[in-house]
Amino acid sequence: MSDEYYLELSENPVQFENASSVNNVFFDEANKQVFAVRSGGATGVVVKGPDDKNSLAFRMDDKGEVKCIKFSLGNKILAVQRSTKSVDFINFIPDPPQSEFSQECKTKNASILGFCWTTWNEIVFVTDQGIEFYQILPEKRSLKLLKSQSINVNWYMYCPETAVLLLSTTVQGNVIQPFAFKSATMSKMSKFEIELPSVPKQAKLSLSERDIAVATIYNQLFVMYLKHHSRTTNSPGAEVVLYHLPREGTCKKTHVLKLNTTGKFALNVVDNLVVVHHQSSQTSLIFDIKLKELEGNVNVHQPVLPALSINPYKVPLTGPAAAPSQAPVPCELYSSSWSVFQPDIIISASEGFLWYLQVKLQPTLNLLQDKGKLMDFLLRRRDCKMVILSVCSQMLVGGDKGNLTVVATVFDKLNQVYKEYLDAEQAYSTAMESGPSRSSTCKRPVRTQAVIDQSDMYTHVLSSFSEKKGVKHKFIIAVLMEYIRSLNQFQIPVQHYLYELVIKTLVQHNLFYMLHQFLQYHVLSDSKPLRLATANDEIVEVLLSKQQVLGALRFIRSVGGHDNVSARKFLDAARQTNDSMLFYTIFRFFEQRNMKLRGNPAFNQGEHCEEHVTYFKQVFGENAMMKQVTT
Amino acid sequence: MPESMIKEGILATDHTNADDQEEKKILFYHPIEIETNEKIRNVGLCEAIVQFTRTFCPSKPAKSLHTQKNRQFFHEPEESYWMVMVVRNPMVEKPNKDGKPPTVEYQEEEIIDSVYGSVLQQCYSMYKLFNGTFNRAFEAGGVELLIQKLEKFFYRYLQTLHLQSCDLLDVFGGISFFPLDKMTYLKIQSFVNRVEESMSLVKYTAFLYNDQLIWSGLEQEDMRILYKYLTTSLFPRHTEPELAGRDSPLRPEVAGNLFLTGPVNLKDPDAKFRFPRIIVNTEESYEELHLIVYKAMSAAVCFMVNATVDLSREFCEQLDGLVGPQLTLLASDICEQYNINRRSSGPEKEPQFKFIYFNHMNLAEKSTIHMRKTASVSLTSVHPDLMKILGDINCDFARIDEDEEIIVKAMTDYWVVGKKSDQRELYVILNQKNANLIEVNEEVKRLCATQFNNIFFLD
Repeated sequence: MSDEYYLELSENPVQFENASSVNNVFFDEANKQVFAVRSGGATGVVVKGPDDKNSLAFRMDDKGEVKCIKFSLGNKILAVQRSTKSVDFINFIPDPPQSEFSQECKTKNASILGFCWTTWNEIVFVTDQGIEFYQILPEKRSLKLLKSQSINVNWYMYCPETAVLLLSTTVQGNVIQPFAFKSATMSKMSKFEIELPSVPKQAKLSLSERDIAVATIYNQLFVMYLKHHSRTTNSPGAEVVLYHLPREGTCKKTHVLKLNTTGKFALNVVDNLVVVHHQSSQTSLIFDIKLKELEGNVNVHQPVLPALSINPYKVPLTGPAAAPSQAPVPCELYSSSWSVFQPDIIISASEGFLWYLQVKLQPTLNLLQDKGKLMDFLLRRRDCKMVILSVCSQMLVGGDKGNLTVVATVFDKLNQVYKEYLDAEQAYSTAMESGPSRSSTCKRPVRTQAVIDQSDMYTHVLSSFSEKKGVKHKFIIAVLMEYIRSLNQFQIPVQHYLYELVIKTLVQHNLFYMLHQFLQYHVLSDSKPLRLATANDEIVEVLLSKQQVLGALRFIRSVGGHDNVSARKFLDAARQTNDSMLFYTIFRFFEQRNMKLRGNPAFNQGEHCEEHVTYFKQVFGENAMMKQVTT
Repeated sequence: MPESMIKEGILATDHTNADDQEEKKILFYHPIEIETNEKIRNVGLCEAIVQFTRTFCPSKPAKSLHTQKNRQFFHEPEESYWMVMVVRNPMVEKPNKDGKPPTVEYQEEEIIDSVYGSVLQQCYSMYKLFNGTFNRAFEAGGVELLIQKLEKFFYRYLQTLHLQSCDLLDVFGGISFFPLDKMTYLKIQSFVNRVEESMSLVKYTAFLYNDQLIWSGLEQEDMRILYKYLTTSLFPRHTEPELAGRDSPLRPEVAGNLFLTGPVNLKDPDAKFRFPRIIVNTEESYEELHLIVYKAMSAAVCFMVNATVDLSREFCEQLDGLVGPQLTLLASDICEQYNINRRSSGPEKEPQFKFIYFNHMNLAEKSTIHMRKTASVSLTSVHPDLMKILGDINCDFARIDEDEEIIVKAMTDYWVVGKKSDQRELYVILNQKNANLIEVNEEVKRLCATQFNNIFFLD
């Protein structure tokens, strides 16, 4: 059963003390740290990060209820907000923790909504009347105002990855003003409006921060808006509308994800997929914005896969009631106590767990029937290599066998990605050769798992497939040729072992005329003839093992290799046939070859043919030996 | 009249073991009008010659007998079945003075053994392609069935033999391959594999373009004779009406796709879905197949389907629907590639030489001597004397296994060069009056370097 769930919670969640009346829990998306603040910090603050390096515990004075608490990058300075007027700071460098210092917001009568760290020592205060950008001077225990901007703010949202801050402005709240931060500078980006499902009758805040999320998908920053179902429009369900927010230029509505249902939703982004959780049905949907839909507007997307629940998850019992022997209990998925954070974090504050959401690719094999679409989907995933290779294996054998057209489509998709990588690699090395001045602008291309090269295909798919029993050799050859065709189409030089595989298969089935035709049209040619020689050896071996000694000799002669072959190998095979005329013929052939090579029909010592020479004399007599012509 | 060259064609057997009934040994005799006694006498003579020569070399009995007026060729394609062809030597009438009747002089050395020996073998291969072996017919329906089959086939076939235009190419019985780049070739592979996969009845496929072979799923020997049939019989029958003009009553097609065998028009409610049957792999599996030849533009594809299956209208429509669009696309791809290659090789000058190339390994043949093959004639662009020299050189080559080279200065100021290396033979005719031997040798070397580095000649 568990094979079909394509979403799962990380196996080792971050555990923390669950939220209670004495323990407040905070989450910082920038450092991915959970803060458990007991009694305002007086009885301890426990910070848990994604790994132990980011975890620490300390005490601070209880100076009132904590509203917000976050470390700057690298845990250097801790900021704590306890009132709407000021933020308090504690230096954690050089030694933690030192006594606090405080900063009031500059704007009169403004109340602080919150703050975000943009670097290790720069911070933005967001107030209802604007933003204030400060630099902290820890040794002086003071802050310096870098810049401020006055604007009415309903709520704000910050994307730590890109250091972009979104402010909800205007009465309805649907005009978004983004700001971008970069070491001591702050720049205003062009504002944009989010289309509401219907025009509200009275002027009131109509866009809630709960319906907005911001995340980077395929290296682009998107604002995701959960547009609820509206009775006035004809849309059959809620949608997620994606606004692309470029560094420069205007923000545009670019994608619409159709949810086809209504209710309460939450968003995550995992491996560049948008995951939409639906609470009432306890299922999730995934969308890939790069997957082109066949019909309609290209920017309207349907879920890639059928809606399914997250893989059921069991947690060990904790607390005084728990005995070590007790079995873990199922965890309530889609619980109302869950909080979802970007990009891929799910927190259950009441149970004290932080999970990362993960996509499992293996189940998609059976859920997505269209192999071409499946390949498009898989090639964009992070850990896709083994899954792609198993798709390839699967489509070649068994009941799920695809036809050659499907096989060709899949090969072309793989080789397209492969070729792009090879080109990038080529461009990089050319740039490196042309001198260091230019190479600094050119980064070495990253080889992602989606780059499936010839050796991957050979090792994991083609070599075992070609030896599979019960597969028609016609199909094997057709598949191999299809792969070679695809490589050629993308102008990728074909590796010798693929040719060898074709040759081996042809020879095993006695399809010499086909082999000959392929050679004739240089389909099975190699840039390095030496490598083809190994394939030739293999042909010879196969022929000899089938006692087709003359055939082997003819073959090796046709490829011009007869001067270098082992005479002993042929004579051994000829002896085994018990056909003395055949032995005679082969023997004579090599005598003539020796004559041609060395001017003497005798075999060299190193050829180890003495036994055969003796046999020849026995059967045909000494006089039958070829004589050296003395000049 | 080319027919006049064949004096007699005899097919006889000692299979019946009926020594007392000489007449029954004769399975087929052309011309049919000859009196029975004479037939028996001639067959007896042939039998005697073969038996007599067998005492000298049991494994290689006589192949031909030279006489003043005729030349006889013997061929034993299957054990105890003998084919004999008697060819008249050309004659020259020399007018005599004094009103005496002209003296007839027979040119006994004009006919080349290897050429007509090959023609006789080809007769058998062609018969076998459409009818299977003699012995099969004999086993199936006795001598009556065999005679019936032989008469049906040879009556028509002998009329299409044009012995006068037979030459070196008949000795080779080669296949002309279409030069093609690797990518387009792979696309054709892919096409063939996909059609064979989706039309599982199709057992073998052969792909030709411009009457030249690109791919054969059949074995070499079967393809060799099928190629001969396609290029000298089937294709010319369909291209000649086109050449004749638009008013041709035959097969009205508008540059579209069509079946060259089987139904003329798929939409015709009375269309018959009968295709020629061919027999291949006679040594091993002895397969009987329907031969479907489908053409789109210059591309022709032979689909071979097991003959035990009856082909229906549905099958033909399905094939037409599947193959038609793809093949048209492929044909225009090939055409485009071909033109690119031709352009890149530069403007073609009228070369100073003509050649015939043949490779025994893959049967690849190429000739710039022969202009065009049609059903009726094979046109050569050189004098018959030169063709004769080529034939003679070929005979010399056949006698020895070693590689060699022969350079001949012909009477007409032409140089003729024959080269044999390993499995390949090359014959060049140079028109350089004042060249000396060294220059001719240099010229041929240059020719080998420029002409034969192309796609055909891997070896």
